[in-house]
Amino acid sequence: MAIHEKSLIDPANLVTTDKLVVEGIDVSGHWNTMILPRTWTDYDPDFAKVIQQYPGGENVHRCWQCGSCTNSCTMYAINTDFNPRYWIYLTNLGYKSELIKDKDIIWQCVSCNKCTNICPKDVRPEGVMKALAHWLEDEGLTPKTRSTMFDAEFTRQCIERGRIEDSEVLFTFLKETKQDVNALVRKGWLGILVQRMNNLDLLRQGRIGAFLARLPITQSIKMGLSLVFKPRTKSWGTTGEVLKAYVEEQKRLAHEKMKAAHA
Amino acid sequence: MSKVAYYPGCALEGSGGPYDRSTKAIVKELGLEMTELDDWNCCGAMEVKNVHPMLQTYMSARNMAIASEKMGCDTVMAPCNGCYHNLKKAEYECATSAESMQTVQDLAKKADDPVYQGDVRTVHLLEWLMEELGPEGIKAKVKSSLRGIKIANYYGCMYTRPRQIFPEKDQGPGSESSYKPHFMDDLLAAAGAVNVDFPLKTACCGGAHTLSDSDTSTQLVLNLLQAAEESGAEVIATECPTCHSGLEMHQIRAETEFGIKTKVKVVYFTQLLGLALGLSARKVALHENVSDSIDFLHEKGVV
Repeated sequence: MAIHEKSLIDPANLVTTDKLVVEGIDVSGHWNTMILPRTWTDYDPDFAKVIQQYPGGENVHRCWQCGSCTNSCTMYAINTDFNPRYWIYLTNLGYKSELIKDKDIIWQCVSCNKCTNICPKDVRPEGVMKALAHWLEDEGLTPKTRSTMFDAEFTRQCIERGRIEDSEVLFTFLKETKQDVNALVRKGWLGILVQRMNNLDLLRQGRIGAFLARLPITQSIKMGLSLVFKPRTKSWGTTGEVLKAYVEEQKRLAHEKMKAAHA
Repeated sequence: MSKVAYYPGCALEGSGGPYDRSTKAIVKELGLEMTELDDWNCCGAMEVKNVHPMLQTYMSARNMAIASEKMGCDTVMAPCNGCYHNLKKAEYECATSAESMQTVQDLAKKADDPVYQGDVRTVHLLEWLMEELGPEGIKAKVKSSLRGIKIANYYGCMYTRPRQIFPEKDQGPGSESSYKPHFMDDLLAAAGAVNVDFPLKTACCGGAHTLSDSDTSTQLVLNLLQAAEESGAEVIATECPTCHSGLEMHQIRAETEFGIKTKVKVVYFTQLLGLALGLSARKVALHENVSDSIDFLHEKGVV
């Protein structure tokens, strides 16, 4: 393997002494920092098999650690701790305790697919990120992330009606994540968004004619109506139920395979 | 000529209303023909696949099956990058995996839905316009030039990545490039705009987490807005309702959360094309955008 665990150089594993003599040679000064030797036994050789049972994780074993995923990663550019290559390495090694250190950021993958686009081994790292995030939740290592909550509400509407409705997704999500909608409207971005959509600045400038001419009437009526009469696919029939049953069955099968991987 | 089913999708039915109206307006003005996909369903967007990927594959395939089995169409046209991407992905998935195709067909029979046969293709609105008219065809129909307004063309993620699901791209002259897409540039240049050299054409706006990880999205959008302004752009042209709404929302959040104001306008490419075809600002629903570009376009003599 091309890279070593980051934990080797965690502060806890570094020993710095003021004066150090090794085999009769004085190495005090710049060379006196040593990495503690470690014995590592808590790896899980079947961990990759577990991740492979999660949708998106199927190809994780194919990685040869070229680093193209991390190099192209949108999130890595923002936060260098967000390192898909490293997490894939740890998965294949079965080094869960090291992976868990990054549990609070793995879900942040924005699915831009730069990694999956460039990966020479078709590992599909974007899918692996989702698989890892779901595993962390299933193990109770992280609470349900906002991303998962958003996905769940979106999917619920799809299964139920065949379509989603923008405002319902937005407001249900804000409510479930306990965000103060009133504050967002009164002094946050949501209020400004509504003001700008309705060109209220024109009113303030006294440009009444322009204000009236630019009222987004069609859009307001359409969005208002769909709040009351939810968009619906009329022919949806039993499709939602069939899909729901399929997903439940697939999850049951995956769970059995995971248990078998550990048996 | 292809027989085209128009698939607007949930975003164009909701917050992306101006994109829907301007798409219909230019298609009519250009003399093209399309029929709205009969009783379509959501493609699954970016969320459903995280619950289970087959949900997305099936929901997308169901739309294609309606187009071919119920309407006799050979092409589905989607202006939304998310819809376009998901239908292309389902097409790729079913064409390359007999198991996926079997599952899709079994589910369709169980749910009494039209059965997908893999005999329909999906194109983005940009591709359809390039196929039917191209820059020359647009140029011939321009009534009022875009007068050299400076545009950064923003394509986002889902239009080009992963390239595996877009086998028709990167096929040499005339085809779209997945690394440096140019169809929108070509069409808007034909309408009289000046395209700036915008390095973040296919960078990510954080759309998948626009609400669940807002600060990240704001940072990503701010990169786009500032890079566009640095490139000399007055307008960012969009071709995806999620990107468009994300840019509008996070341009505001960049002000409220980071205190950074940008003035570049965000406009759907269909609205710009429509103006060049002589349609009114109202007809292309310019007044329904959050980003107010009317005063600027008026000043430039485009509106």
